[in-house]
Amino acid sequence: MALIGIELPQVGESVTEAVIGKWLKQPGETVEKFDALVEVVTDKVSMEFPAPHTGTLKSIIAEEGETVPMGAVIAEMDVDDAIAQAAVEASEKQAEAPAPNLVGTLIQGANVGPTGGTFRDTALDDQLAERAPAASMASASPPVTQTMAGRSYSPVVSRLAAANGIDLSTVTGTGRGGRVTKQDVQAAIDAGPESAPAPATTPVVHEGPLGEDRVIEPSPIRRMIADHMVRSVNEIPHAWSTIEVDMTGLVACRTAQRETFRERHGVDLTFLAFTAYAASHALRDNPLVNSSWEDGKIRLKGRVNLGLAVAAPDGLVVPVIHDADREGISGLAKRIAPLVERARSGSLALDDVQGGTFTLNNTGTLGSVLGGAIINHPQAAIVTTESIVKRPVVISGPQGDAIAIRSMMNICLSFDHRIIDGAEASAFMQNFKRGLEAWNTDSELN
Amino acid sequence: MPEMTVIEAVREALREEMERDTTVFTMGEDIGARGGVFLATEGFIDQFGAGRVIDTPLAEASIGGIALGAAVNGMRPVAEIEFGDFIWPAVNQIIGEAARVRYGTQGRRTAPMVLRVPYGGGVRGGLFHSQSIEVAFAHQPGLKVIAPATPYDAKGLLKSAIRDDDPVIFFEHKRTYRLVKGDVPDGDYTIPIGQADVKRTGSDMTIVSYGLVLHYCLEAAATLAEEGIDVEVVDLRTLRPLDTGTVLESVRKTSKAMVVHEDTKAGGIGGEIAAVIAEEAFEDLDAPVKRLAGPEVPAMPFSPLLEAEFMPSAEKIATAIRELAAY
Repeated sequence: MALIGIELPQVGESVTEAVIGKWLKQPGETVEKFDALVEVVTDKVSMEFPAPHTGTLKSIIAEEGETVPMGAVIAEMDVDDAIAQAAVEASEKQAEAPAPNLVGTLIQGANVGPTGGTFRDTALDDQLAERAPAASMASASPPVTQTMAGRSYSPVVSRLAAANGIDLSTVTGTGRGGRVTKQDVQAAIDAGPESAPAPATTPVVHEGPLGEDRVIEPSPIRRMIADHMVRSVNEIPHAWSTIEVDMTGLVACRTAQRETFRERHGVDLTFLAFTAYAASHALRDNPLVNSSWEDGKIRLKGRVNLGLAVAAPDGLVVPVIHDADREGISGLAKRIAPLVERARSGSLALDDVQGGTFTLNNTGTLGSVLGGAIINHPQAAIVTTESIVKRPVVISGPQGDAIAIRSMMNICLSFDHRIIDGAEASAFMQNFKRGLEAWNTDSELN
Repeated sequence: MPEMTVIEAVREALREEMERDTTVFTMGEDIGARGGVFLATEGFIDQFGAGRVIDTPLAEASIGGIALGAAVNGMRPVAEIEFGDFIWPAVNQIIGEAARVRYGTQGRRTAPMVLRVPYGGGVRGGLFHSQSIEVAFAHQPGLKVIAPATPYDAKGLLKSAIRDDDPVIFFEHKRTYRLVKGDVPDGDYTIPIGQADVKRTGSDMTIVSYGLVLHYCLEAAATLAEEGIDVEVVDLRTLRPLDTGTVLESVRKTSKAMVVHEDTKAGGIGGEIAAVIAEEAFEDLDAPVKRLAGPEVPAMPFSPLLEAEFMPSAEKIATAIRELAAY
């Protein structure tokens, strides 16, 4: 024998609940299938609910006079195991289907005009949440994606632009595929005619009398950077680590080979090529640093896509060298030069800025010697390479300690402490350091 | 203000009209002794007597014909078609005759009749108790077609329908009967036929809907508000004559529009709304007008899973809104 729950069935369309009337069987009584078990009263019908199975009524859960929703368990019965098994299977089948008539709950006070009250169909919600997003109806309309390569404009965009003298080719589109939306045109109109040719880049400055504060309207890019930084700082628990690197050998190597390198490869041999090379290989060896925190899990990235922070006229941009760890010094130098050029001239392609897994920020060119960068969300870490400064350094040699003039550089790592602890951070930094200190005048540049 | 369900609002409107005007009477299958299958006329036979609360045979053609005959002879019948799915035998009486009375007599006669028609799915009614048939009547000049979504609108519009001098088809969504509750003012009030109602104001896009699905639209709009998408929701309330003014005013403001209904898509109300927008508000559009509607199958499936697939839901609507917002 097995104990099963008896559920109140659906009785009539549009009914959501029922009142339990008189129980026609009492606990302990033997019940035949289809025996009248209990009276059920709704505002539409009153009926005798027949026993769904043969067995013994064990207990009554819903007492006489109680209001219960459709589908609620109102009693328990002892039945044969085979019957119980069949009932469970039937119930599971039932559970797969939504019971839209049964489980609506009212949400009062919602925004529904003078009458108030909307309702949430919780049964359907739950069902649909478990399934793939309702494909058949949601996608019943043709997809609106279309290429905007030819720059077609919607009627309202054309009309607003014409009426306000806006040259649409100068407006940055934020819609699908870069489409210029009504909001984009409105923003260009609001920015005023003199700044219309480059509304995204020219900050609007409200001039005040001498000595008073001035309020600057940030450009869209400035706003985006602001949002991005706030998000990173809010979400990521930052921790920092700084170590010193002796760049003397690398500086000598670069000085010695710069000319021949240019003749051979047609690009300048920059420090950035070396740091990018060392960072990429250190990342490959320390996959946790090349990862991101996603919904409570850590995603180790399969590729090393190195982002380079570049100061562009509008603000910071981070173009990406995909698969940087597969390149040698020359390969990196050849890829970095045009990428940085595109960043500075504002002509980056979408692919140039996508997919970054880690960011390298060469703050040394700005004269900085120490920094605490904000991580480029959602990456796990960002490293800055600071100014190379000649300093007196104590060196230990076979003849004991000596003071020497060395080209020193700090590298500063900001890392997501959810993913990485000091130990992993240091392992990465030591690896990076070794990669930068491994060069001398005769090194072969691959 | 007392809170009531849609079915209670319908009952109150009909009761008050029958108390107010002795030419108003009601008829239909099981509406007398049984009080109607949905209990719209519960207690009426005791209050008004069998002379004004008439049980009819299961014969929709007769119901339509008797109502029309009474109407053109000075009465104001309110006939119930038990389920909209069964209305088809009465189509000749409704469309072939009643819709043409005023036009055919050059205004000398009118047919002040109301057909109350429970319709719509999501009630496990299967093929023959779930249909959305409103568009067949909304197509017909000479008729007025109403489909309220809330108790407040149901009461005010049913009163207007009963007092109107032309035939009115009054569609009541079965699923809203007991599920949708709302405040209804005490006493007599009417809502003009042919006026849509902005149930939620917003600036990013306009959703046009009616009936049960309107509530799903409002639910989706509330969800999207949290995502920063500000949706305006227009409740048509009347399907003929359409309140194109309210729709156009909203679309001119938001520049994006989507129509949502439970009825199937091709040839539906959504197509008419989309066409009106294209004709009248083309220069204000920033995206194609979208339609989210039932799939092109002949009837509501019986399987609960398939029924859920057929019916629009807040989630499906929210997905469509996101797509349109991103356009």
